[in-house]
Amino acid sequence: MRVTVDQDKCVGSGQCVLAAERVFDQRDEDGIVVLLDAEPSADQHDDVRQAALVCPALAIELAE
Amino acid sequence: MTDTLTGPAGQHAEQTPEYPMARADRCPFDPPPALSGLQDQGPLTKVRIWDGSTPWMVTRYADQRALLVDPRVSADTRHENFPHQSESLKARREMGRTFINMDDPEHARLRRMVTGPFAIKRVETMRPAIQRIVDDLIDGMLAGPKPADLVQAFALPVPSMVICELLGVPYEDHDFFQTRSRVLISRKSATDVVLTAQREVIDYLDELVGRKLAEPADDLLSKLAAEQVATGELTRRELANMGFLLLVAGHETTANMIALGTLALLENPDQLAILRESRDPKLIAGAVEELLRYLHIVHSARRRVALEDIEVGGQTIRAGEAIMLPGEIANRDAEVFTDPDRLDVTRDARRHVAFGFGPHQCLGQPLARVELQVVYSTLYRRIPTLKLATDVDRVPFKHDGLVYGVYELPVSW
Repeated sequence: MRVTVDQDKCVGSGQCVLAAERVFDQRDEDGIVVLLDAEPSADQHDDVRQAALVCPALAIELAE
Repeated sequence: MTDTLTGPAGQHAEQTPEYPMARADRCPFDPPPALSGLQDQGPLTKVRIWDGSTPWMVTRYADQRALLVDPRVSADTRHENFPHQSESLKARREMGRTFINMDDPEHARLRRMVTGPFAIKRVETMRPAIQRIVDDLIDGMLAGPKPADLVQAFALPVPSMVICELLGVPYEDHDFFQTRSRVLISRKSATDVVLTAQREVIDYLDELVGRKLAEPADDLLSKLAAEQVATGELTRRELANMGFLLLVAGHETTANMIALGTLALLENPDQLAILRESRDPKLIAGAVEELLRYLHIVHSARRRVALEDIEVGGQTIRAGEAIMLPGEIANRDAEVFTDPDRLDVTRDARRHVAFGFGPHQCLGQPLARVELQVVYSTLYRRIPTLKLATDVDRVPFKHDGLVYGVYELPVSW
C-alpha cells in the first residue's frame, strides 16, 4: 500500500490521526495533515483505509 | 391567495412536502417519519420551506457526502437562492459572517487560523481538565437536591466551562451568553430578538478581544488577538465574529448530545449497562460515535446552493438551485448502516456524518469527542442508579430547535 496526502485539500479535522495515528499526524500551527509513513505495514492497512474513508476533504489517496 | 406553480416543471404546491416535518409520538430519537420516507422515494426530491421556496432535498448518505465535498456547491448565505433556516437567520446573514458561510479559498484562509488548537493531540492534553470539570459537576449534583435537572446541573455547564477555558471567556458571564445562545438556536425566535442577542454577544467578545490585546493570557482569543489582529490579518470585529461562532457552537451541540444521549441510554438500559460496566476506552469511543450517528442532533439540514449543474441519481440540480442535506437521515441510511434505527453502542459507526462532511465539517469535533468520552465513561459509572424522574412523554423536547435535544431532563438516583 502506498499513501499520498493532499495538504491543500486537507481541512485539519484530524480524523486520520484518530483512525491511524502511526501513519498520520497534524502540523502544530494549523492542524494540517503530515504523512508519517507512506508505505505502512500490513497491520496498519485497515486503519489507513478507515482514515481515507472518513477524511472529510477526500485528501488521502491509497494505491494498493 | 391561490397556490400557483412554484416548483420547476409545473410541480404543484400540494405535492411538495413541507419542511420541517413533525416527529412521531413515542419516537423522540428518530427523524420525522415523513422525512425518512423521502429516502425510500428516491435520492432527490423537493420540499417547501418557510419562505415558500422549494429547495432540493438530498436523501441518501452517499449523495450527501459527495455534494458536501463538491467545490461546485457553495455555503455562502448571501446567495439570493440560499435556503435559509428561518426569517431571522436570513436577516442576520450579513452579521457576524465567518468562514462557516464562506467558500474556499477565503474559507480555508480563515479556518486555518483556528484549526491548530483543535488538532487531536492538542485536544487530548485537555482531557484531565475536562475529567476534573465533569467530576466536580457530578459531586455538585450528588450533593444537591433530588430530582435534579441534568441539563442545568451538568449537560450545559460541561461544554460551557470547557469552551470558556479554551477561548479565555470568563465563565462567570455564562448566564449572559447562554440565554442569548438559546434565543439564537430556536427556530421560533423573533427576528429583532435574534439580531439583538447576536449583536450583544459579538459586542461583548469585541470588548474582550480588546482586553486580550492589552493583557494577553494563555488562551485562544489572546493567541488570535496577538497573531491575527495585531498583525492586521483580521479586524477586531472579525475575531469577535469568529469567537462568537466557537462559543455558540461549543455550547448547545455538546450539551444536547449529553442530555439527549443520556435519555436515549436510559431508554435503552441494555446499552447503558454496556457503557457503565466498561473500562475500555475503545468501547467508550465507539459508543460516542454510535450516539452521534443515532441522534445527529443538528436537525435542521445542512444548506447549500449549486454553482453549476450537478447530476445526482440521474437528475440534475441546476446552477443556482438550493440544496438541503439532512444528516439525520443519512445516518439512518440502511445502505450504510445495518439495522439503522437500532442504538447499538458496539457497532462501528465512525462513518457517520453527525459532524458533516467536506471542508465545513465541524471544527470542534475533536473537543466534542473528548468531552463526550469523558462524560459517557464517568456519569453512569459514578451514578449507577441514575434514572429518569418523570415519564418520558413529559420530557420537553426541542421540537422548535435548529439543534435537537431536551430543554430539561429531570433525573434522580
